[in-house]
Amino acid sequence: MDVDGGSLASDAVVVRSRRNKAFYQFTQQKLPACKPVLTPPCVITAFLLIGAIFIPAGLVTLRASHLVVEIVDRYDTECVPDAFKSNKVLYVKDVSIPKNCSRILKVHKYMKAPIYIYYQLDNYYQNHRRYVKSRSDQQLLHGLEQNDLSSCKPEEYDNGLPIVPCGLIAWSLFNDTFTFIRGREELKVSRKNIAWKSDRDHKFGKHVYPFNFQNGTLVGGRKLDSNIPLSDQEDLIVWMRIAALPSFRKMYGRIEEDLDADDVVVVNLMNNYNTYSFDGKKKLILSTSSWLGGKNDFLGFAYIFVGCSSIIMSAIFMLLHVKKSKEPNGWHIYR
Amino acid sequence: MKRYVYINDEDSSQDLYCGNRISNRKYTVFNFIPKNLWEQFSRFMNQYFLLIACLQLWSLITPVNPASTWGPLIFIFAVSATKEAWDDYNRYLSDKKANEKEVWVVRQSTKKHIEAQDVRVGNLVWLRENDEVPCDLVLIGTSDPQGLCYVETAALDGETDLKTRIIPPACMGIDFELLHKIKGVVECPNPDKDIRRFDANLRLFPPFIDNDVCPLTIKNTLLQSCYLRNTEWVCGVAVYTGNETKLGMSRGIPEPKLTAMDAMIDKLTGAIFVFQIVVVIVLGIAGNVWKDTEARKQWYVQYPEEGPWYELLVIPLRFELLCSIMIPISIKVSLDLVKSLYAKFIDWDCEMIDHETGIPSHATNTAISEDLGQVEYILTDKTGTLTENKMIFKRCCIGGICYGNETGDALKDVELLNAVASCSSDVVRFLTVMAICNTVIPIQSKTGAVLYKAQSQDEDALVHAASQLHMVFVNKNANICEIRFNGSVDHYEVLDTLEFTSDRKRMSVVVKDHQNEKIVLLSKGADEAILPYACAGQQTRTFIEAVEQYAQLGLRTLCLAWRELKEEEYQEWSLMFKEANSTLVDREWRIAEVCQRLEHNLEILGVTAIEDRLQDGVPETIETLRKAGINFWMLTGDKQNTAIQIALSCNFISPEPKGQLLLIDGKTEDEVCRSLERVLLTMRITTSEPKDLAFVVDGWALEIALKHYRKAFTELAILSRTAICCRVTPSQKAQLVELLKLCDYRTLAIGDGGNDVRMIQQADIGVGISGREGLQAARAADYSIGKFRFLKRLILVHGRYSYNRTAFLSQYSFYKSLVICFIQIFFSFISGVSGTSLFNSVSLMAYNVFYTSIPVLVSVLDKDLSERTVMQHPQILFYCQAGRLLNPSTFAGWFGRSLFHAIVVFVISIHAYAYERSEMEEVAIVALSGCIWLQAFVMTLETNSFTILQHLAIWGNLVAFYIINWIFSALPSSGMYTIMFRLCGQPSYWITIFLIVAAGMCPIVAIKYFRYTYTPSKINTLQQAERLGGPILSLGNIESQARLIEKEGSPLSITPKNRNPVFEPLLTDSPNTRRSFGSGTPFDFFQTQSRLSSSSYTRNCKDN
Repeated sequence: MDVDGGSLASDAVVVRSRRNKAFYQFTQQKLPACKPVLTPPCVITAFLLIGAIFIPAGLVTLRASHLVVEIVDRYDTECVPDAFKSNKVLYVKDVSIPKNCSRILKVHKYMKAPIYIYYQLDNYYQNHRRYVKSRSDQQLLHGLEQNDLSSCKPEEYDNGLPIVPCGLIAWSLFNDTFTFIRGREELKVSRKNIAWKSDRDHKFGKHVYPFNFQNGTLVGGRKLDSNIPLSDQEDLIVWMRIAALPSFRKMYGRIEEDLDADDVVVVNLMNNYNTYSFDGKKKLILSTSSWLGGKNDFLGFAYIFVGCSSIIMSAIFMLLHVKKSKEPNGWHIYR
Repeated sequence: MKRYVYINDEDSSQDLYCGNRISNRKYTVFNFIPKNLWEQFSRFMNQYFLLIACLQLWSLITPVNPASTWGPLIFIFAVSATKEAWDDYNRYLSDKKANEKEVWVVRQSTKKHIEAQDVRVGNLVWLRENDEVPCDLVLIGTSDPQGLCYVETAALDGETDLKTRIIPPACMGIDFELLHKIKGVVECPNPDKDIRRFDANLRLFPPFIDNDVCPLTIKNTLLQSCYLRNTEWVCGVAVYTGNETKLGMSRGIPEPKLTAMDAMIDKLTGAIFVFQIVVVIVLGIAGNVWKDTEARKQWYVQYPEEGPWYELLVIPLRFELLCSIMIPISIKVSLDLVKSLYAKFIDWDCEMIDHETGIPSHATNTAISEDLGQVEYILTDKTGTLTENKMIFKRCCIGGICYGNETGDALKDVELLNAVASCSSDVVRFLTVMAICNTVIPIQSKTGAVLYKAQSQDEDALVHAASQLHMVFVNKNANICEIRFNGSVDHYEVLDTLEFTSDRKRMSVVVKDHQNEKIVLLSKGADEAILPYACAGQQTRTFIEAVEQYAQLGLRTLCLAWRELKEEEYQEWSLMFKEANSTLVDREWRIAEVCQRLEHNLEILGVTAIEDRLQDGVPETIETLRKAGINFWMLTGDKQNTAIQIALSCNFISPEPKGQLLLIDGKTEDEVCRSLERVLLTMRITTSEPKDLAFVVDGWALEIALKHYRKAFTELAILSRTAICCRVTPSQKAQLVELLKLCDYRTLAIGDGGNDVRMIQQADIGVGISGREGLQAARAADYSIGKFRFLKRLILVHGRYSYNRTAFLSQYSFYKSLVICFIQIFFSFISGVSGTSLFNSVSLMAYNVFYTSIPVLVSVLDKDLSERTVMQHPQILFYCQAGRLLNPSTFAGWFGRSLFHAIVVFVISIHAYAYERSEMEEVAIVALSGCIWLQAFVMTLETNSFTILQHLAIWGNLVAFYIINWIFSALPSSGMYTIMFRLCGQPSYWITIFLIVAAGMCPIVAIKYFRYTYTPSKINTLQQAERLGGPILSLGNIESQARLIEKEGSPLSITPKNRNPVFEPLLTDSPNTRRSFGSGTPFDFFQTQSRLSSSSYTRNCKDN
C-alpha cells in the first residue's frame, strides 16, 4: 500500500512537474521544435512521389469515367414545329398548341441498369440571387402555419391567399415529361427515390399540401397535385435543390432495365418548359454510373496533368541540383 | 503676460487661477461612452466595419446574416472600451490619492490642515521634513538660520542628489511668527514647463521692510512633487497650482503609439480597400448591364420592369457586402491577441530578470513589440543606464607615486595605507583636499555613522574614500568643517567656495586651518583645468601620464591641487570676489575671471581616478546592436569629458585610428554655425572611409543648432551613426528624438531617471531601466528592464520575432480572406453577376473567425532562426529594420497566392462537381474544404519550426473543420443538413480535395524551394547553416545603404537620405583637424572654439 501510494504521489509530481516544465518551455519560447528544411533530395523525391501517385490515380479515374455510358440528346430546338421555328417563344407560351414530341435515341453500348434519366438545362441561372432567396424553408416543412413569407417575394401571395409552396423556385418548376418506349413496350421508369431522402424526411412536410399553387395569371412551370403532400412531390424536391452552375442536370427517374447496344429507344415528351425566351438549352440524358459517379473526364485529366507537371518539376530540380553540386563551392555556400 | 500672486490674500486672486486639483483623466463618467466611441471610430478600420454592419441590416442586399458582423464588432469595441475605462479608473485613483494628501496651509492667519487639492494660488504652505511639495512654491522661510533648505528633485529631473534652495534675500530673517502675517506680491510669468527657470520678482508689503523689488530665481522655489529633506520645516507661497505647475505643464499627454508595422498594415488595408471598391464598381456595372440584357429575359427571375429609384445601387452594394470580408475583421482581434502574447513573453522571459534585484522585465505597452525589431536609432541616457551610477574611488597618484595600480583598488594598496599611517605630508594634504574641497553635506545618523549627501556622485566617492583612509569628514557646522584624522579632530573654516562651472571645469574652496590659522586654497578639477596652472618648476609630467593612463582605463580623473595664500592676498581677492558676486551683468563670467586670479601657481598634489562602473555587458550589447545596424546616440546631462570617456569604454565610439570625434560647440550663433559646417564637411568627406565618426555637441550649442540651423543639423544627424550630446535638458532630449522621428527613423529611447521621461514618451519606443534613480522612467516607458544589457535580447529576440510573426500573421490574414473573397467573385460570374453568395453565413463566419484564425495564432511560437544564431549574426536584424518581410511587394506575393489558390479551388470544384452534382450546398462545401486544406498546407509551408502546439493547431483545426461541419450536417434545421456526411462518403470528394491540394501547393513549394536554394536571403542562408550543421558562414555586410534608398517619402525632401554621397576623398584631413591634441585625449579631437582654458592648455602641454 505504502509503496503504491508513494509511487502514485511521485507520479502525480512527475506529471505536474512535466506540465510545469511544458509551461515553462512555452513561456520561454523554448518548446522543442522540429525545423524542416527544404533540401534538394527531399523536394525532388516529394515531387517524384506526387507524380508517381497522381498519374496512376488519374488513369484510374479516367477509366471509371470512360466506363460510364451516356446518351445526350438536345431536344429543345428539334421539338419546335417548323412553323414556329422563327418564334419559339410564341410556340411555347401558347397553351393551345400541342407540345408533344418524339425523339429517337440509339443505344451505342450496353447499358446496365439502373440507367439514370436526367434533364439538363443550360444557361439557366438557378443560382441567381433573386431566385436563390425566393423560397421559404419553414413553409415547405410546416405549410400554412408559417405566416412570414416575405422571403418568397415576388411569389408569396396570390389573390390575397398564401401560396404553398411559395417562391420563384417552386413556381418555375420544370414541367417537361418523358416516356420511354423500346420496341413495342414502354420502358419501366421509376420516378420514386430520385430526391434525397433527407429532404423528403426533414425538409419537406409530410402534411403540407400544395395550396393556391399556379393559380395566378402568370403561370410559371408545372402544376402540382394538391392531394399529394410535398414530401412525396419528388420532382419539386429535386428542383428545389438549387444548382450552383448555370448548366445543371436534375434527375428525372431511373430505367430499371438494361439496354443493349443498338437498342432504339423512342422518347415521347411534352416540350412545355420555356427556355426559348433566354436561349437556354434542354437536353435529355440517359446515363449509367460508376463508383465515381457520372461521366466526368475532368478529374482524370487534371490528375494526369498535375502528375506529369510534378515529374517535370522534379526533373528540372534534379538537373539544377546536379549542375550546382558539380560547381566547386557546392550549392549552399555564398560569397 | 504675467501673473501677480498676492501672498496670503484670501480676497483677491481666489478664482483667477485653477485650483490645486490634479487631473490626469481622459474621461469623465458622463462623456466616457460618447468620447470613447468617438475615439474608436476615428480609426478607419472601425468606420469601415460599422458601415458594413449597417449595410447588412438591409435584407435586400445582405448575402449573410448581419449578426456575423455585428457580433465581432461589438465584441471588439467592448474589449477596447473596457481597457480604456480600467486605465482611466487607475489614473483617477492615483490622482485622488495625490489630491487628498493633507497639507498645512495658513488660513485667516492660522495654520490649518487641508487637502492638497484645496490649496490656492497665494496660499502660504508649510511643509515638514520628508513632505512632498503639493504645488509650485516660492520659498519665504525655512528652519535653517542661513535660509537654506534641501530638496530632492528626483521626480522632476531624475537627479537623486539633494539640491539646496534658498529663501529670497528680502525674506531673510523674518521671524517664525511673523511669517503667518506676511503680505506681498510675487510677479511671475505665466505657467510654463521650464524647470530650470523662474524669472520672477517679489515685493513685500510694509511692515515687512522696504518695498524694493527682490528678484527670484529657480533657486528660490520648491517645485511640485519634490521632497523636502534635511530641513525641519519650510514655508512658501503657492504660485502655480494643479495642472499649471512646472511638472503639470511638462507632463505631456503621451500619444498612443502606432508601430511602423501598424502603419504599413493600415496602408495595405487602404490598398485592399481601393481594390475592393474597384471590384465593386466593375462588378456593379457588369451586374446592372447583365440584369438589363439577360436577366429580364430570364422569366423565372421575374425582374420587375420598373424598380425603385435605388435599383442601380442594389447590385454594387451587394458586391460591397460580399467583398467586405476582403478586409478581415479578425485581423484586429488576432493582432491584439498576439501582441499581448508578445508582451507576455517579455514579462515571462527568465533571461531578462535582473538577478540582483529580482525585477523581471515588463512590457507596459503591449501594442508595439514589432517596433522593437525595427529600431534604427537608440538614444540612451548615460548615468544609470550605461553605468551603474555607483562611483568608486579606484586609484590615485600622489606626488608622483601611483597607488592602486597593482591591486586595482587604491584603498587596498598597502603602500598607501602605510603612507597614511605614517602621516606623509603629501598624502595628508591630498586627503584633506579630498575631504574638504566639495559641497558635500555630512549627516550624522543616530547610530553615529556619517552619511553624506552629495550633489555629485564624484564628490561622494572622494569623501567616502577619504573617510576610509581615516580622513573622516565628520560634520559641517555653518562654515566650519570638522575633520577627524587618525584620532585627532581638526577644524577648517570655509571662507569662500569657488563653484564648479562647466567652463571652469574645476572648483575650489578657500579654507582657514584653525590649527595654524593658515589660509589655503584647495582645488580640484579636470586635468586640463588644473595642470596648466601648476606653479612654475613643478614637474607635471608624471601627473599627465597618470591622467592619460587612468583615462584609458575609462576612469574619471580629477586633479587635486593646493596653494597656501597669504593673508593680504586673500583679503584683496576676497573683496574682488564679493564684488563680482554682486554684479548684475555677466555675473558668471566675472566670477570666473576673479576665480582665475586665485587659481594659479597651484601645487599639484595628485590625481584621483574614480570609476563609474559600466553595467555588465554594456560594451558587448552596444557592439552587437551596432552590428545589427542600429545607430546609437548618447544624450546625457553629464559633462562632455565624462561622456566621452564612458562612450569610449563602452564601444560607443572607437579610439583614435578607427574613430574620429568631431566637436560642435560655441556660444554664439556664428560660432555654432561655423563649427557645425566644419563638422558636416568632415562628415561628408569621411563617409566613404571605413571610419567611425561621431559628433559631440553640448546643450548650449544644440539649442542654437536646433533653433537656427535645423536643416544642417538634421543632415548631420542623418550622416552620423553616433553622437554624444552632453549637458542636454530633458526637453532637448525629447527634441532630438522628435528630430530623428521627423526623418522617418524608428527611435528607441532608453533611460532611467525622471529627466528621461519626456524623451521616453516622445520616442517610438521608450525603455526604462528600473534602476537606482527610482521607477519614474520605468513607469513612463513602454518597456522596463532591469539592466541595459537586456536591451540586446529585447530587440534581437523579442523585437525580431514579434516583427516576423506579425508580418506573417497580418499577410496571412489578408491572404485567407482574399481567397474566399475571390471565390465569391468568380462565382458571381457564373451566377449572373447578381451577388449570390456561394457560401452560407455559418461557413463564412466560421471561416474567418474560427477555421483560419486559430492556426495562424500559433505562429506566435514560430522562430525562423534560433536565438543563438540571431545573437551571433545580429546583422540579420536588417531585414526587420528595412521592413523586408512586410511591404507592398511581399504583400503582392500573398495577393497573387490568394488569387492563384482561389482559381485552383474554384475551377476544380466547379468542374469536378458539374452537371448532376452541381448542387449548391455541396459545391460550396467542396470549395470551402479545398480552402481549408490549402490553408493547412500553406501554414505548414510557412512555419519554420514546428512545436507540438503548431501541429495541434494546424491538423487539429482540419479535424475540427470536419467535426463542426458534421455537427451542422446532423442538424435537420440547418441548410447543410447531411451534406458533409454525403460528401465524405463520396470518393470523388476526396479525389477532388487531393487534387486541389496538389495543384495549389506544388507550384508554391516549387517556387519557395527554388528561391530558398538558388536565390536565398541571408535568413535562408543562416537557416540552412543552422539546420544542416553546415559551416557558420560570414554574412558579409548587409548593405546599410540599401535600406535608406528603399525608404521612401521623407518629410524633409532636402535631406539626402543616401548615406553614400559621391564625395571625392580629396582631403585625408580636414583643415581644422588637429591630429594630435597634446596628450591625454586618445582620439582625434577637433576643437573650434574653446574658451578659457583649453587652448592655453594645449600651449602649456606642448611647452612641457
